Amino acid sequence: MTRNFRPFANDFLVRAAVAAVVLVLAAIVLHVVTRGAALVTWEFLTTAPRSAGRAGGIAPVLVSTVAVTAVALAAALPLAVGAAVFLVEAVRPEATAARLTRGCLSVLAAVPSIVFGLAGNMIFCDWLGFGFSILAGGLTLALMILPIAACVAETTLRMHGEDRRAGYALGLPQRRIVWSIMLPAAAPGIFAGLGLGFGRAVAESAALIFTSGYVVRMPDSVFDSGRTLAVHILDLAMNVPGGDGNAFATATVLLASVAAVVALFTALDGKRGRDFI
Amino acid sequence: MPARTIVIAILSAALALAGQAVSHAQQEVRIVVTGSSTIAPLMMDIAQRYEASHPGVQVDVQTGGSSRGLSDVRRKLADIGMVSRALGREEGDVAATRIAWDGVALIVHAQNPLERLSDDQVRAIYTGEVTRWEALGPWDGPITVVSKAEGRSTLGIFVHYLGLDIRDIRAHTIIGDNEQAVKVVAGNPRAVGYISIGAAEYHASAMTPIRAIALGSVAPTSANVANGSYPVRRELNLVTYPDPAAPVEEFLRFASGEQVHDLISEHYFSPASN
Amino acid sequence: MTSFPSIISRRRRIRWHGTPNALKDAVFVVVLWASGVLAIGAMAGVLIVLAIGSAPALSQAGLAAFVLGADWYPTAGEFGLVAMVAATLAVSAGALLVAGPLGILCAVYIRYYAGDLAGAAFRVVLMTLAAIPSVVYGLWGMTVLVPHIAAWQPPGTSLLAGVVVLSIMVLPTVAVLAEAGLRQLPSSLYLGSLALGCARHAAIKRIVLPSAKGPVAAACMLGLARALGETMAVLMVVGNAVAMPDSPFASVRTLPANIALEMAYAIDVHRSALFVSGLVLMAMVGLLLAMRWYWGGPDDPQF
Repeated sequence: MTRNFRPFANDFLVRAAVAAVVLVLAAIVLHVVTRGAALVTWEFLTTAPRSAGRAGGIAPVLVSTVAVTAVALAAALPLAVGAAVFLVEAVRPEATAARLTRGCLSVLAAVPSIVFGLAGNMIFCDWLGFGFSILAGGLTLALMILPIAACVAETTLRMHGEDRRAGYALGLPQRRIVWSIMLPAAAPGIFAGLGLGFGRAVAESAALIFTSGYVVRMPDSVFDSGRTLAVHILDLAMNVPGGDGNAFATATVLLASVAAVVALFTALDGKRGRDFI
Repeated sequence: MPARTIVIAILSAALALAGQAVSHAQQEVRIVVTGSSTIAPLMMDIAQRYEASHPGVQVDVQTGGSSRGLSDVRRKLADIGMVSRALGREEGDVAATRIAWDGVALIVHAQNPLERLSDDQVRAIYTGEVTRWEALGPWDGPITVVSKAEGRSTLGIFVHYLGLDIRDIRAHTIIGDNEQAVKVVAGNPRAVGYISIGAAEYHASAMTPIRAIALGSVAPTSANVANGSYPVRRELNLVTYPDPAAPVEEFLRFASGEQVHDLISEHYFSPASN
Repeated sequence: MTSFPSIISRRRRIRWHGTPNALKDAVFVVVLWASGVLAIGAMAGVLIVLAIGSAPALSQAGLAAFVLGADWYPTAGEFGLVAMVAATLAVSAGALLVAGPLGILCAVYIRYYAGDLAGAAFRVVLMTLAAIPSVVYGLWGMTVLVPHIAAWQPPGTSLLAGVVVLSIMVLPTVAVLAEAGLRQLPSSLYLGSLALGCARHAAIKRIVLPSAKGPVAAACMLGLARALGETMAVLMVVGNAVAMPDSPFASVRTLPANIALEMAYAIDVHRSALFVSGLVLMAMVGLLLAMRWYWGGPDDPQF
């Protein structure tokens, strides 16, 4: 009796866990969408906020969000891949340099976002002279998503150990093995990591208040300050009496665009991502 | 290969943005204002109005708290700092321009039938001497005491008015911004908190299930804050270094003048009559 | 005959335009090490900023006041962080206890249970969960979760609410990273155990998960790190009273919440004391890592 029951129980556990996660997501998304969807109109997406965001739309906020995220991903991609290749190719896994690097990345993952904000403010806005700008915000975010992106990239690179050894057996130089064999092979995993990083970047508010800032004007360049969707939601929900409605509308827009981008990423590497079984 | 295409797309987009930035010549006058999150939404609206009537001037409003406003002015990262309290003696290196007043009122859940609380009762609640509503009137259950985080001027004004020390306060929930207090009290019929009168007035009109209770005997309205009869209030200031540059000075005059009083009222503060 | 000269000409072209290979290799190695150093530099940068900010409070009150003190009244010169350290550990550990197993189960589902489409769809779900801003989780926690707990065990804002919200937030990190770890295993491992007659659940429990121990543990570690550092959502639901976490319904304050709550209006030593909270948090993570190295041993490939 128990023998027949156990596989059922174990399989059930997996499916129950998944169902629970989907249910929770549905509950939160419904909470947001039922309060926000009705307010999302074409006008909301294409006009600037008025009366501190209680009225008007989110057009400049959308543009700033795209710009900050683009800067963050463009900076994080080479950093994360570089660190991962370093860990896989340049040092032995148990070497001190590897442990130190991995340790630093793990500690970095635990730094509260507001501390990133203070550090980014000091390093990028003040010392490097970028001021409150999309550039400073994007670079701060790049540091924040570095640990997760690097961890996934490293894991995926290690997965292709056989290809790598085949490359060495052919007598290829290390740089060609990395550039032509390992990076293309590990690309789907690297993008999964970047996808997580993208989520973190889009969701971040505390670090950006101190770096890319709070200005709702349409940005002219990456040296302008620009408010992102998450900062806008935080301010409307926590700081502006009567901001709740537009906060939920903005959150609805954010959720919809994130789901669309993530689905696009998944579709692009769908075939490559599940290359066995 | 989609992966490489995406990489190239992302990198070239970033390059394009950077290139555009380099070609972007900066001719405008830019005034950077940072500081108190209480003032920031109001200042945003003032800045929008100022930009509309002064082409060629950009006013960037940042937030992050009064202390950041001060430190950014001192580090020359900002031209103007927003400080939602009176300046202390050790802050004499900067000059303050008062633009508005803000009062502090108690809030309870709308189901709570209590009409008023004496100062002694409030003191008893916040020091933990009274822990149940039965002791205070026709309401029951354990009191959830909501207070503000240390350093917030609202807390300072509140304990000063009650004649308490910060260490005497026994709170169950400590919050940051006004809206957080509103949401906690609206979600808990047995909670009591204190917030900006402006925010309380707004929520009363917006059918949020909270109700404002006076500290003292004067009704908690922004009109009574403006005429000075409501005792628990704080000033909202703009600080600069003495003798600011001409455009900054002109903006300060604009922000403390009659032409923004409607915006100040729209944000439920009381304009400071200079 | 036609192909022979073309090969020669291509080789010549490569020689002509190429940089010497030794130089390329050297540049490559330099770039590799620079990447590693940059990762360390990023943390060093954050540390330096924290250290500069902490200096005034540390020199005035001394480290002992922070590590041994019981009360936190920074404007009155009391800087005890003990209760907040305990609360941070309690909330994060609770979140990991829930999100760790759930996340691993989710990874197993994507890898071994779901069909192509369901797996991809579920990954979209996880990634979307990861991209919901903290404020939105916090708002949901404040307006849905906390009132429910308050009606049952006042005041509602509590350790429990923090654990629930944080578990949901950390889960995608653990699940996606663990899934990447499972992918790393050679497929022969799983298929081989099936061929030997293992049931699916047994193959996963006895063969797959033990072999993926390193990456899965790394996923949990990053999840824990993420939980330790999470600020806004936690701040909105845990109540923030500085007290030892003696009951799941008690109001507590975590270190990141402490920084975010008070930084905006802190000046002088108070502000500096908040930087010390950041330093202590990083030290806690460092200590956790050191413990993991110590117990994980050298055979653990990830650490």
